[in-house]
Amino acid sequence: MSTLEEQAVAAMQPKKTTGAPRTTENYFVRSLSNALITAIVVVIALLWSVPTFGLFVSSFRPPQLISTTGWWQGLIPPWNFTITNYMQVITAQGMGQAFLNSLIISIPGTLFPLLLGSFAAFAFAWIKFPGRDFFFFGIVAMLVIPGQIALVPLLQIFTAIGFTGQYWAVWIAHTAFGLPFAVFLLRNFFAALPRDLLESAYVDGASNFRSFWTIVIPLSVPALASLAIFQFMWVWNDLLIALIFLGGNPQRAPMTLNIADLVGTYGNNYQVLTAAAFLSMALPLIVFFSMQRYFVRGILAGSVKG
Amino acid sequence: MATLARQEKVPTTAPVRRRREPGASPWAWAWIGPAVILLLAFFIYPLINTFILSFQNADSTRFVGLKNYITIFTSPTMLGVLKNNLLWLVLGTTLTVGLGLIVAVLVDKVKIESIIKSALFIPMAISMVSAGVIWRFVYIYEPPNQPQIGLLNAILALFHIPPQVWLINQNINNFALIVVYTWMWTGFCMVILSAALKGIPDDVVEAAKIDGANRWVMFWQITIPMIGPTLGVVTTTMIINIMKIFDVVYVMTGGNYNTDVVAQEFWNQLFSFQNYGMASALAVILTIAVIPVMYINIRRMRAEERTR
Repeated sequence: MSTLEEQAVAAMQPKKTTGAPRTTENYFVRSLSNALITAIVVVIALLWSVPTFGLFVSSFRPPQLISTTGWWQGLIPPWNFTITNYMQVITAQGMGQAFLNSLIISIPGTLFPLLLGSFAAFAFAWIKFPGRDFFFFGIVAMLVIPGQIALVPLLQIFTAIGFTGQYWAVWIAHTAFGLPFAVFLLRNFFAALPRDLLESAYVDGASNFRSFWTIVIPLSVPALASLAIFQFMWVWNDLLIALIFLGGNPQRAPMTLNIADLVGTYGNNYQVLTAAAFLSMALPLIVFFSMQRYFVRGILAGSVKG
Repeated sequence: MATLARQEKVPTTAPVRRRREPGASPWAWAWIGPAVILLLAFFIYPLINTFILSFQNADSTRFVGLKNYITIFTSPTMLGVLKNNLLWLVLGTTLTVGLGLIVAVLVDKVKIESIIKSALFIPMAISMVSAGVIWRFVYIYEPPNQPQIGLLNAILALFHIPPQVWLINQNINNFALIVVYTWMWTGFCMVILSAALKGIPDDVVEAAKIDGANRWVMFWQITIPMIGPTLGVVTTTMIINIMKIFDVVYVMTGGNYNTDVVAQEFWNQLFSFQNYGMASALAVILTIAVIPVMYINIRRMRAEERTR
């Protein structure tokens, strides 16, 4: 697993071309075919970016233009861009509150599974107990169980104990649904830590608790970071859990829920939709670009997640 | 589960364990306790509960045997749903894994590699709700003779082809949805496959070059066999993902216009028709369909454990 991670980090860097071309003819053919390959991948990358770019441009166009001309026509000077769509969304559509709600949901929704996951992963990696493998593989198996299956019974329990519409309900749900992946990823990382380090700490009389906080956690920052990013994106972008457990309480709705509602009520009110959608993408995109390396690492280590 | 329990008796780690493990066993339960309790409540209990509900009627008041399952496999509507899932499975997996592989191979020797990769990878960071809005702007339909503000219909207009109602026309709407999924997940496949490609030892590549292998031969004889295991992981991940596909359909069409899939129909049965029996039967089918893939993944993981 660790080699795959190293490869992944290397994969994000352009590979150095080694060796000089042997003949000029060879060189000519090679650079021609390289140019062709570059052209192909650039076209693919453009195809992939155009939809998002279109939304970005649209979100800055005046409402009457969005609904009468294509966004690409907005690129032709004279430009007519405005930030009123954003102002309208933030002030009138409750997006400011929704942004806050998203944060309130996402931060504990990221920290709880990280904490509980590292506890369990530590035991699976370093404490011997009967049924250890059974429980570990049992938890890994949960990775592929369709999440929807849990919704009805949970909704019944949560309603019975008056949990629905509360932040707590969403935090617990995200913690539970994030745990299999967290345990899987962290256990593999913890198990790969050098044995001598933990053994010498143990000989020195350190308790499990102490070696966990002073040795395992500080050494596992890269894995914890990639997991945190993953979980954060997942919670931030989630619609389903918010819809089910918060649906009845618009005061606590996160951005995704708010936008889904806007799609329903303002289906053709494009200026609201574009700006709202782009606002909700802003934070994940910032996280993504600043921590791409960790994000990729997490994906590689967790490619078993369904 | 039974298989897991059986395998449990086979020691997976080296049998000769000379030293004592740090820590004592009773405390282990304190460490894994919170996680296990949550998982019991959020996965195991619902699984059992759903399994029982699937043999009951709509409001769970009496047992109806296999009736729900028989309906799923005989009623034309439900068969249509299964057919759509199958189309998704075949096309979605092929497109994401295939395109991911092609781009990973092509981008390997390109100078602007990291920019290209980011472009394909960004959709991973975008929520399905926002992606739904993004793709609305690609698929928007305006009546003919009016300016098309949707990208695809504007392109059709350039060639004087009448505009299409991409999400409603039943010949194309499933494909339109699969395109959105492909847009979101190709980057994921590409990044993993690309990492595997970088792991192919240079001397293998050099040896093949000296033997005069061209790019095509290299691809089939060297690249594919060398990244085989990773290709397996990516493919199984996509298969599991697509079996459970829900968000794309829910956000784009809500399963209307013959785009329904199993997970979406589960949702409809649950919230629109309040038919708990049918919804549960669908969920059970989904779970059973995933089990073989899960089994393969766990076997692969155990094999990796042994080589650790």
